[in-house]
Amino acid sequence: MHARTDAPPETAASWPEDIFAILQRFDVRQVPYVPDAGHSQLIERVLGASSMRAVPLTTEEEGVALLAGAWAGGQRGVLLMQSSGVGNCVNMLSLTQIFRLPFLTLVTMRGEWGEFNPWQVPMGSSTAAVFELSGIKVLRASHAEEVREVVEAAAGQAYNACTPTAVLLSQRLIGAKVFTK
Amino acid sequence: MSQANLLERRSVVSRLLAERNDAIVVGGLGASTYDIAAAGDHDRNFYLWGAMGGAVMIGLGMALAQPKLPVVVITGDGEMLMGMGSLATVGLQKPANLTIVVLDNEVYGETGGQASHTAATVDLVGVARACGISDSRAISTMAEVETFAASLQEVSSGPRFASVKIDSANLERVLSSRDGQFTVTRIRGALGFKPI
Repeated sequence: MHARTDAPPETAASWPEDIFAILQRFDVRQVPYVPDAGHSQLIERVLGASSMRAVPLTTEEEGVALLAGAWAGGQRGVLLMQSSGVGNCVNMLSLTQIFRLPFLTLVTMRGEWGEFNPWQVPMGSSTAAVFELSGIKVLRASHAEEVREVVEAAAGQAYNACTPTAVLLSQRLIGAKVFTK
Repeated sequence: MSQANLLERRSVVSRLLAERNDAIVVGGLGASTYDIAAAGDHDRNFYLWGAMGGAVMIGLGMALAQPKLPVVVITGDGEMLMGMGSLATVGLQKPANLTIVVLDNEVYGETGGQASHTAATVDLVGVARACGISDSRAISTMAEVETFAASLQEVSSGPRFASVKIDSANLERVLSSRDGQFTVTRIRGALGFKPI
């Protein structure tokens, strides 16, 4: 949909690979997502994984409900989205408390760190607070070398302690989207 | 609006679930959950008391996790309208074990009977078909309910969608458990999963 940079494939980041390995290790089976350029490498890996079911959504709240059904049916999942999608989830996030879900979401941030598009700023500025008001624990990774331990901790508390958790992947980590004519 | 030719919701649901066997049944919030409770409490009933617009997606998550089990979502027209995009998501995934039944009374019965979009313009069967759910049908007779009920056990020929036109009578509520953790833990237990 939109590339963040013009970086060639050989410079692909390693942190999405770290996330993919963690998801595999925790036996994550359903991966609902609304596409984001920051998640594109991870989505490609999920689409190619026979043990995982990638589920493209029309809106992010569908993913919260999907993961509730998956958990009732015995499977773990993770919701991939961009910060603008968090607002779309608010009422459905009730399910994380109602069912005490082992809920994990990985959110690529917009509206911060050199943002070009002002329309991303309001939701990006309230993303963490929206999660916290909804009873979701928030962790953040801003540098490539910390992604692995942050996602590992998030997955651990989400899946082992049924503590709904969001990881915010900073725009500083992903790189501000470049708009060119 | 004439009610003469419309079906009665509790008769429809009890007939659909009469031979449910191992099926998981998800009820959308409001009257659909009461209808499922009225047909008999069951440890594979997934009662919703909120999350409006989420019933089909909960059914999809369950259907993908348990592909050999029939999963039946029973919900109302208002709840379905709020989650209409989920029909597109189901159409893409094509879970062969998922059935979606909309009990369409063309009103928001729980909130005072305000007209829903299906009363005027929206054709949910057309929407479902356009989203890629080719087995989509309108049901208006109990004979059609009977035929459809038999197909719910088929886990290799879905997804399927049915809109059943029902009358808009507000029936006495039959209250299921409102405890979501109890409901999910009970379903997981029925499927052989232990608590964490």
